[in-house]
Amino acid sequence: MRSYSAFAVAREAARYHMGWERAWASPEPKKKYEVIIIGAGGHGLATAYYLGKNFGITNVAVIEKGWLGGGNTGRNTTIIRSNYLQDPSAAIYEKARSLYETMSQDLNYNVMFSPRGVMMLAQTQHEIRGYQRTAHANALQGVTTEWISPGRVKELVPIINLDGPRYPVLGALWQARAGTARHDAVAWGYARACSDMGMHVIQKCEVTGVRQEGGKVTGVTTTRGDIGCDKLGIVVAGHSGHVADMAGFRLPVESVALQALVSEPIKPCMDVVVMANTVHGYMSQSDKGEMVIGGGADGYNNYTQRGSFHHIEETVRALVETFPMISRLKMLRQWGGIVDMTGDRSPILSKTPLEGCFINCGWGTGGFKAIPGSGWGMAELMAKGQSPLTDAFSLDRFKEGRFIDESVAAGVAH
Amino acid sequence: MSTRLATGGRLIDRSKQQSFTFNGKRLTGCAGDTLASALLANDQMLMGRSFKYHRPRGVVASGAEEPNALVGLGTGARFEPNQRATTTELFDGLSATSQNHWPSLEFDVGAVNTKLARFLPAGFYYKTFMWPRSFWKHVYEPVIRQSAGLGKAPDAETRDADTYEHFYAYVDHLVIGGGIAGLETAKRLGETGARVLLVEQTAHWGGRAPVDGGEVEGQPVTEYIAGLLAALNAMENVTLRSRTMGAGIYDHGYALAYERLSDHAPTTQGPRHRLWRIRAGQIVTATGAIERPLSFAGNDIPGVMLASAVRDYVENWAISPGDRTVIVTNNDDAYRTALVLKSHGLDVPAIIDARVLPTDSALMAEARAKGIAIHQGHAIDHVMGTKRVRGVAICSHAGEGGAVIEEIPCECVAMSGGWSPVVHLWSHCGGKLNWDQANAMFRPDLTRAPTGDKGQAFVTPAGAANGAMTLGDVLEDAVAAAERASGDTRTSDAPKAVVAVEAPLAPVWMMPQGASIKHRMKAWLDYQNDVKVSDVQLAAREGFESVEHAKRYTTLGMATDQGKLSNINGLAILSGALGAEIPQVGTTTFRPPYTPISMGAIAGEARAEIFQPIRKTPIHDWLDKNGAEWEPVGHWRRPYCIKQAGETTEQAVHREVKNTRENLGLLDASTLGKLIVKGKDAGKFLDMLYTNMMSTLKPGRCRYGLMCNENGFLMDDGVVARIDEDTFLCHTTSGGADHIHAHMEDWLQCEWWDWDVYVANVTEQYGQIAVVGPNARKVLEAIGGMDVSKEALTFMGWADGELAGIPVRVYRISFSGELSYEIAVKASYARELWDLLMSVGKQFNVMPYGTEALHIMRAEKGFIMIGDETDGTVIPQDLNLHWAISKKKEDFMGKRAHERADMAREDRWKLVGLETVDGSVLPDGAYAVGEGTNANGQRNVIGRVTSTYHSPTLGRGIAMGLVLHGPDRMGEVIRFAKTDGTTMIDAKIVDPVFYDKDGEMQNV
Repeated sequence: MRSYSAFAVAREAARYHMGWERAWASPEPKKKYEVIIIGAGGHGLATAYYLGKNFGITNVAVIEKGWLGGGNTGRNTTIIRSNYLQDPSAAIYEKARSLYETMSQDLNYNVMFSPRGVMMLAQTQHEIRGYQRTAHANALQGVTTEWISPGRVKELVPIINLDGPRYPVLGALWQARAGTARHDAVAWGYARACSDMGMHVIQKCEVTGVRQEGGKVTGVTTTRGDIGCDKLGIVVAGHSGHVADMAGFRLPVESVALQALVSEPIKPCMDVVVMANTVHGYMSQSDKGEMVIGGGADGYNNYTQRGSFHHIEETVRALVETFPMISRLKMLRQWGGIVDMTGDRSPILSKTPLEGCFINCGWGTGGFKAIPGSGWGMAELMAKGQSPLTDAFSLDRFKEGRFIDESVAAGVAH
Repeated sequence: MSTRLATGGRLIDRSKQQSFTFNGKRLTGCAGDTLASALLANDQMLMGRSFKYHRPRGVVASGAEEPNALVGLGTGARFEPNQRATTTELFDGLSATSQNHWPSLEFDVGAVNTKLARFLPAGFYYKTFMWPRSFWKHVYEPVIRQSAGLGKAPDAETRDADTYEHFYAYVDHLVIGGGIAGLETAKRLGETGARVLLVEQTAHWGGRAPVDGGEVEGQPVTEYIAGLLAALNAMENVTLRSRTMGAGIYDHGYALAYERLSDHAPTTQGPRHRLWRIRAGQIVTATGAIERPLSFAGNDIPGVMLASAVRDYVENWAISPGDRTVIVTNNDDAYRTALVLKSHGLDVPAIIDARVLPTDSALMAEARAKGIAIHQGHAIDHVMGTKRVRGVAICSHAGEGGAVIEEIPCECVAMSGGWSPVVHLWSHCGGKLNWDQANAMFRPDLTRAPTGDKGQAFVTPAGAANGAMTLGDVLEDAVAAAERASGDTRTSDAPKAVVAVEAPLAPVWMMPQGASIKHRMKAWLDYQNDVKVSDVQLAAREGFESVEHAKRYTTLGMATDQGKLSNINGLAILSGALGAEIPQVGTTTFRPPYTPISMGAIAGEARAEIFQPIRKTPIHDWLDKNGAEWEPVGHWRRPYCIKQAGETTEQAVHREVKNTRENLGLLDASTLGKLIVKGKDAGKFLDMLYTNMMSTLKPGRCRYGLMCNENGFLMDDGVVARIDEDTFLCHTTSGGADHIHAHMEDWLQCEWWDWDVYVANVTEQYGQIAVVGPNARKVLEAIGGMDVSKEALTFMGWADGELAGIPVRVYRISFSGELSYEIAVKASYARELWDLLMSVGKQFNVMPYGTEALHIMRAEKGFIMIGDETDGTVIPQDLNLHWAISKKKEDFMGKRAHERADMAREDRWKLVGLETVDGSVLPDGAYAVGEGTNANGQRNVIGRVTSTYHSPTLGRGIAMGLVLHGPDRMGEVIRFAKTDGTTMIDAKIVDPVFYDKDGEMQNV
């Protein structure tokens, strides 16, 4: 793989950029791989990448029904933070956040990780107590967060209205090294690096069945033929239930549409990410200048990646109160992504009843920020059969009642 | 130069001159102008700068598809960025500023990017700016952010001066688009007697037809349109709205329309925008078509415009885009522009037609007859000029460019690459498209329409939006659309139109067809985002083969016009680069809204005070007048404390606690949830919902109950009173009333639908006042009217009666550990009772108290608080509430969950009291640290603080917490970490009941 750099751009400019090679190969599937990952989203690609990088397993295929990065990786609001309350969550999200810090250099692909800071507003006494608890937990988890005053909030976010008539801002939980990244670039960077290690990223190839023998996985049936494997990772987010069904087991997961929107671009006016859970909305400004706004999840199960309107209305109302100036901006585009929600709103990274078959799903509304940590842990789980990052997220927790519930700290928005 | 013609202009009123400013320069236009036409009338060709290279940009279109002419409009609290000049109606006093340049529109430093363009191809930023690592945040990103964006942000400190509103409509047929197709369809639908709403985004009816001309039923098309309008206006079942854009179509016939009420006349009273939220049985999208640009070198220079837009400017607003206009086309329609220009006395030095046709079509022959030179098989090699067009160099279309045959001086280039039906709304909700090879366009596939709940199609396109491209075809399809929408078969034929026969279009995606890389690097696809033909080809070369990848890699179609001009051209270039057919590559997804709509309109009326209206108890106003320091609790406000003059918050809270413990306190408890549960099976139902037995409760008695969810976690608590054999009153937490009500209904409707139980939420029907403290009985006796003695009304009993003639229900319950009565009255009596208690209570030192005093007193007593001691992960057993969990009941919500392995674990953290060794107050939410770290390197923890207060009663800090093996470790000192993770506070594990352990105070 030829390295990307300013010099490479200059060199190619001399020949009108005719010399660039493909970012990733487009190979025909082989008969068999050591590992197949179903789903070339961020989590699937990161799993493959760390299988290769950390465990030397490169005989890997990542199989994708559509185009890589086309699911929630390419339709989220790009927020990265790790200020979670429960230990297992904080561990995997902080691992992810720390990997984001060096991802551009590790992948030789600029994913534009921007540690601009994320603040979660407290607008009730109850929220103050919740976030102060999180701050205490984070201190012992190695996650750097702090409780900040309304005055500091205003300094960091000049466009905020602290004294809204309804819910005044009483303070915020602030994670300075949290931020955003360019979501598509994360998938593209991993795909390029996987391809460079000799892995096969196979797009437009839909898995239609999971093959097994004697309780052990042997491969998959696809629209491009049968492909064998020793180990199978299912990393398909909103469609996890379908693929698990092919593998012969059920999941405690529901799929719903999560709503988001962007405004037209404007010059920089907000450098940090603000989440306001009492009023249900969050907002940041992309490098392109759009205000990127996240709303709630629809209250009904659904597989269409369509936007619906009622959550958009609720979210925009909340944010017009929080940032009055956006009243005169315009909504450019709204969309929906299908998120897979578990009962405790925490993910599943686990072995399954089918030997050799592993699953990574249930990230719900908060998957993008976890991509590298999730891939790191999932790779270890698949390579070694166990990982401290994923132990707590096993499937059997739903049988045992060992839930990892973040609702205290997260409110609606992850 | 562009200027106003001496005559003509069907939309302008020359007698009404309107003064406006552009970048501070005072200019004049006419009533009926758009900002774009008024600027052109003043020779202001340069209107903005592009996003990436800061290239000079002039207006290219005449409507909603305009990507270039974006301005900041208005000032101060009425400033709005990114307004399209083409859809901004001129008014007297309008003030506009151009965007994305420094220091000025004419001399923009950022334009240096255009010189560097060769080094800044699509996606260059993914390949660079990686070293040194810290530079991304501190150097590269800030610079990129500053140069990106378009308009300025509105001022942060001024609130939007305008108001907005929502309308709700329910119609049989929603027709979107008031062109000739929409009018004809709406008329046909109106004639069936159905309710019809017809919306049109511009201020004018008829769409393109009046400009394009033609005859219908022997009348000029303008007269025919006037007839349609008159007929529609006469129908009572038809509503017409202009300046109203169909913004989005959603599942189940839901649609949004965006009405701009006063953008064209800002001094008008009333809302600025109105968002229509429409439920329609059938939706007709008569949304027309948009002309496509052609991709040739220099096609972005100001003065290069769509041929149809040039025609619009001449006909509608009497604009000369320049003395000489060169037409470049691949179809016949652009010839109409040449003829219109000629008819207004303007020069058309050449029509450059990429096609080679054996014989002239009617329009061609007409152009030739007017003496216009037609260069068939030719192309524009490049456009000459920088900030405005100076001329074009032409070459053979079959070549690769560079071999210039002739240079033709001109001021304007009118281009046409064919037309694309506006399929956005059709596609929003899942309507599919087919590729029409002959017309080189995507058109709706009527067999794959958006479908409703019964699988029925609920959207149908009409006219040009359905790919009908001539006046006759448009009218024919409009009638057919009315039939598709209404299900009625044809009653009369479509009106007949006289139209010229056109020669077929030849698809041209690049000009000349083998354009060299140097040409392709100057041939723009997306004008605003600076995406060129070479960029899309680069994306394909690098493996971004999916149309979504190519879009995201190049930013094609991601600008404020969402690719209205660029998407199809870009898609064709991509499929060419991949050697694939256009339909195989497919389109990107069309998302609402059709054009951007204001956030203000989305928020509607829900602003400031009426954003989530505050629920007020009957005593709210009294508290507000008497020093309440409010805190939001759900949709209510509750007083944190009620301050007296000169007091701090802390002093007020301590006074309230002390006075309630020593004398008499009053609490407005009206927000407490009150659910009536009634029916033969009410007892059975409550036995399932609560962990304790409720069916054995006797009328006249109360019982404290716990409610768990299916997973066994404690979700709410409260006192249940049995009113009679079939009726219970369940008190919930203030925040829990609505969701516990919903929870009950959920189980009743989904699982136990055959049980005889009804639930009513009567929270707001009653005011409730807690009368608390040693003097509580005295004040009630002083008021008089009912027996509240120890014997008559025992602890955990209730009684109906009267106090000073007010009908009351008195519950003898206590959440503070003091003698306490909670008095419920009809909401309309609550204030009277409160005033009475305050005045009679004076002799007993009555004082109101707030939520913080309430919390402190319950913590002193060791009572748990939902939301403090519980967080969705705590089971009643963790809180030592075994006594409230029935052992007798066969089943209740949470029973089976409690038997699961993790719930039965011995080492679950349990509730204890905590006292700091030094008497200080433990920080809220602090964790107790254990030895070492876990496998992920996190400090091991052995407990946490759930509630913590300074107890004025005890004069020290008290806390409750959940601690590993807590109840077995009484007296042990454990360490809590502060938020720095290192500073420790020592606290002793104690009994959680700090005050009156034996309950002597409440049982007097």
